[in-house]
Amino acid sequence: MLKIDDLRVNYGGIEAVKGIDFEVPEGKIVTLIGANGAGKSTILRTIAGLVKPATGRIRLQAEDITALSPDRIVSKGITLVPEGRHVFPDLTVLENLKIGAYLRTDSLDHDLEWVYSLFPRLKERSWQAAGTLSGGEQQMLAVGRALMSRPKLMMMDEPSLGLAPLVVKDIFSIIKKINDQGVTILLIEQNANMALHTADLAYVLETGRITLSGTGEELLRNEAVKKAYLG
Amino acid sequence: MIQEKKSKKGAFIALVCVVVLLLLSIVLENTLDPIKNTTFFTVLRKGAVYALVASSMNLLNGFTGLFSLGQAGFMLVGAYTYAILTIPSASRESVYYLYGGSVVNFSLPELFGGGAFGLIFGVLLALILAGLVAAGVAWLIGLPVLRLKSDYLAIATLGFAEIIRAVLQWDKLGPVTNGANALKSFPTFSSFNLPGLRLSIFMAFLLAAICIAVILLLINSSYGRAFKAIREDEIAAEAMGINLAKHKRLSFCISSFFAGVGGGMFAMFANQAQAKTFTTAMTYEILLIVVIGGIGSISGSCIASFLYVAASEWWLRFLDTEMYIGTFKVPLLRNGFRMVVFSVVIMIVVLFFRKGIMGDKELPDLLRKRKAKAAGREGAK
Repeated sequence: MLKIDDLRVNYGGIEAVKGIDFEVPEGKIVTLIGANGAGKSTILRTIAGLVKPATGRIRLQAEDITALSPDRIVSKGITLVPEGRHVFPDLTVLENLKIGAYLRTDSLDHDLEWVYSLFPRLKERSWQAAGTLSGGEQQMLAVGRALMSRPKLMMMDEPSLGLAPLVVKDIFSIIKKINDQGVTILLIEQNANMALHTADLAYVLETGRITLSGTGEELLRNEAVKKAYLG
Repeated sequence: MIQEKKSKKGAFIALVCVVVLLLLSIVLENTLDPIKNTTFFTVLRKGAVYALVASSMNLLNGFTGLFSLGQAGFMLVGAYTYAILTIPSASRESVYYLYGGSVVNFSLPELFGGGAFGLIFGVLLALILAGLVAAGVAWLIGLPVLRLKSDYLAIATLGFAEIIRAVLQWDKLGPVTNGANALKSFPTFSSFNLPGLRLSIFMAFLLAAICIAVILLLINSSYGRAFKAIREDEIAAEAMGINLAKHKRLSFCISSFFAGVGGGMFAMFANQAQAKTFTTAMTYEILLIVVIGGIGSISGSCIASFLYVAASEWWLRFLDTEMYIGTFKVPLLRNGFRMVVFSVVIMIVVLFFRKGIMGDKELPDLLRKRKAKAAGREGAK
């Protein structure tokens, strides 16, 4: 579905991503794992169009989307759940969700119901300002907001960041549920254990290069991965 | 669903309030003694104009989060456009006496055939054009300036407003702008008075109400939501597919459009348009109104504008005149002391009442809250 060839990205004069190739097959959960500064976030930001690549091509279903503007990329069906949630704190939960569907002009009722069925908590709090939600609820809102654009591919940047282990478990089970309903997911995580258990396909990223790839289970058994990321 | 019904109800209540206010303005102007109440009437007219300009500034500063200080500049463009397009041909010679007449030799009210019809349509068209020219200038200024953020944007817009003022006073442009001299004898609010029925305050209120209603509709549309999203979090807004540059430009131009219309109305209020009145101090006055009313509340801006204008033109006037109690001269009271008091007020507001009168709530929100509280209390019983 998404294919990336020889992607290089410079970030503030430093080459953060040094020529990577990978693929996200349709209907799968794919994860990129790696330490801080490995270039994971940069890759997602580049796919979303927030950062321009130095070289390389990004293709969505054979269509070249490299260096399109972020709004064009969202309308092609790729959406990003940014790191650290970034909900709009003074807007209500419902307004947040509606902004997620900003580029759509059709009726939202059906999708609002879908998001509320995935996250019943959001329905209870739909008139509350998003800033008053707990961290876990905000993460749910960020995911729900991204789903409102009805994406084919949802990219998630560290969804477990700063959340209690129990909440992380909830979030990951919902990610699985969303994937079962036909949304392809590209996930980056520092919580490698959780990510590898969920993912169909995984890539290990080290200082801007992909060093290992395989199914989630394969990587879970891999000695090097065990040593570096699973402890 | 229930909530939506309620907000419709709120809009309906607001509409009724506005209609009542408009009717009240006619009644007041025709029953009160015009000579004894000159100050009061001035406050009402100027308050209406400032309410519009403050709302336009709030759209930009409060809702989109772009801290711009160019409002007086755009008002100036609007005021001049309005004045140049509506000065009657017969008066052009005397207004532009230093330049031997004006190069613009038509007048919109006359183009529409003069009379009441010509007056109404000529003035309306001139006001709309005033807005459009201001928006056009804003578009040009926005190209370089909107790349800046927060304080830098404020400084740049402030600078451009000063440049506009200097350019319009330029002697070479005299045949168009009358140089540094005032433009006058164009139709004002009082031109709408009928024999036996004074409508000048009504006109000011009506024009301001229409424009503010348009601003409110915009804020409650999906564009308004996008503006708020940009204010809250640019990164997330961009990730949601909101084109930052486009929406900032849109907000800037629309805000300037209404500042331009407000400038035209200010000229109508003041009976003349002169570049030297549209100073930075005027922008600060409007900023003060926005802050006192609540950043992000249009009803707050409206209430604060009448309060501010009443205070500065009427209630606090005594601060500027020397006063004697018996033979004792009250200290500090002299010309300019009013502005000292205002400076202290803005410091107090910024330090202790950051949210202003209304915070980011509108009037219908307050009603809703009270009802919700009452319902909660009943539920507790």
